[in-house]
Amino acid sequence: MARYIGKRLIYMFITLALIATFTFFLMKVLPGSPIASADKLSPEQRAVVEARYGLDQPLPVQYFNYMFGLLQGDLGISINQFKGADVTDVILSRMGPSAQIGFQGMVLGTFLGILFGMVAALRQNTWVDYTSTIVAIIGISIPSFVFASLLQYWFGLKWDLFPVALWKDGFMSSVLPSIALAMFPLATAARFIRTEMIEVLGSDYITLAKAKGASGSEIAFKHAFRNALIPLVTVLGPMAVSILTGSLVVEQIFAIPGIGEQFVKSIMVNDFSIIMGTTMFFSVFLIAIILIVDILYGVIDPRIRLSGGKN
Amino acid sequence: MEKILQVKDLELSFHTFGGEVKAIRGVNFDLYKGETLAIVGESGSGKSVTTKSIMRLLPEATSEFKSGEILFGGRDLTKLSDKAMQKIRGKDISMIFQDPMTSLNPTMPVGRQITEPILKHQKVSKDEAKKVAIDLLRLVGMPKPELRMKQYPHQFSGGQRQRIVIAIALACNPQILIADEPTTALDVTIQAQILELMKDLQKKIDTSIIFITHDLGVVANVADRVAVMYGGKIVEIGTVDEIFYNPQHPYTWGLLSSMPSMDAEDAKLYAIPGTPPDLLDPPKGDAFALRSEYAMKIDMEQPPPFFKVSDTHMAATWLLHPDAPEVEPPVMVIERMKKFPGSRYYEGGAN
Repeated sequence: MARYIGKRLIYMFITLALIATFTFFLMKVLPGSPIASADKLSPEQRAVVEARYGLDQPLPVQYFNYMFGLLQGDLGISINQFKGADVTDVILSRMGPSAQIGFQGMVLGTFLGILFGMVAALRQNTWVDYTSTIVAIIGISIPSFVFASLLQYWFGLKWDLFPVALWKDGFMSSVLPSIALAMFPLATAARFIRTEMIEVLGSDYITLAKAKGASGSEIAFKHAFRNALIPLVTVLGPMAVSILTGSLVVEQIFAIPGIGEQFVKSIMVNDFSIIMGTTMFFSVFLIAIILIVDILYGVIDPRIRLSGGKN
Repeated sequence: MEKILQVKDLELSFHTFGGEVKAIRGVNFDLYKGETLAIVGESGSGKSVTTKSIMRLLPEATSEFKSGEILFGGRDLTKLSDKAMQKIRGKDISMIFQDPMTSLNPTMPVGRQITEPILKHQKVSKDEAKKVAIDLLRLVGMPKPELRMKQYPHQFSGGQRQRIVIAIALACNPQILIADEPTTALDVTIQAQILELMKDLQKKIDTSIIFITHDLGVVANVADRVAVMYGGKIVEIGTVDEIFYNPQHPYTWGLLSSMPSMDAEDAKLYAIPGTPPDLLDPPKGDAFALRSEYAMKIDMEQPPPFFKVSDTHMAATWLLHPDAPEVEPPVMVIERMKKFPGSRYYEGGAN
């Protein structure tokens, strides 16, 4: 297992290096300059500013300087968005709200999704099942920004239950954005668990469990649940991605000072080091999720655990 | 002998999109204490459904008891509540399934799968249950049982898994063990081992076994009595010798004739012509009549009642009616009957 994880870490490193390289050059291709009022500056002034951020050097030198900094964990300093602040500090200070709504959204979505899916499977072809199906279809087909606006309108404006936007009331502020983010994982988990539970409940070992005298709930939770969970683990990765991309939009709509909101702005103002830093941060996060998912497989399914050990 | 289970006039149907499938159409049999009753018949004859209905393992939504009763311990199993049935399953009546590769939970250590019914039905601690489970594994011939308790099904071979399934079935010393084609999915050498194990265990714990199979070789090996099923009915029932050496029903003749024999060199293997009856619309008379060369006019119109051949032997065929013409069974069957005292072809102490 340790060897397997070690191998995976090396792959992670290579992947990150490739992502850094691509993003770096793609960003340089973007039109515009990070220096905000570039045309108002005299050429001399401009040269001074560019020299300060190393933008005067040839591209390959900039690239190697950046990669070298990255190796040492230095993401550089913000050029215009946060005027000279260290990128790492910016990301860390912005992480709190994003992590909170992301985590709450994911947990809420997965938990409710599993619940809906289980209930739908156990009450197959009844109104419970149909309701859960409709919820799932809505969750998958309505984009998060539409859903977010609806939440704002009903729960924020009309009923005044939660703040419409901004990050000022602690947990209360996080409720609506978390719900908006939870819809996709909820829908996905509900569909997966339902399908899988129905298949598992029809399998021979469930009949054997029945023949042992197990009750309905024992069969559902002791025998079927864990087996139905295996394919859900597969979609956990894509679900994490959806939470990430969802957060870019949702944070914007709810005006939450999170990484997503800051990322979108940094692209608008061409803050190279912030774009790079945030991209790298997201990449590390995603690749880590994928690794965790692969390890989770082994925890849930003993058949995978052992074959993983042999490799 | 003590009757432990009585199935009386059992009728059961499945409700499908196509209509009502009459899977069991009046089945009667008794199971005696300590005996092995084999139920044989081709696919779709209703043998699995009969035993699953005893365990009430059929999907409640689509299956329905039409009439009859299943008497066990003074109670009619067809009328018990789910709760009451759960107390019987795994404790008084337990079951071994056909495919050991899929009948164990892949994500649960086998030890827990064996202790589950023990903890469920007996008032014992976890440690005691574990001890019982280890003893059971030893009983079914699993080496290093302590170590194997923690392992998962995929770490066992097919034969070993079937031993585990047997251990689970025996966990609470059931009075009745239903074995639904327990050796069909195994290769022949392992089959023999599992059959030996089952015979051995039956002697040790004195349980009654209902053994479902379509392998007549297996029947000859394990059974005390045999019930032949066809089209949702039992057509002939008797001791193993009576069925093998003095069969009366044309379907039993067909079954025995289609069994490969060591004596009949390079003879073409016999196959029963035609296909099993459609139980959506079962035939009016004898279900086998359309495939039988011995069918008479009455076979097409009226289902035959059971005719008594001996105290232990009954067959449902009009051929046994006093007015029926005498017919000659197939040659292979006559060869068999020659060895059976009491049959009309008996040749004395030939063997």
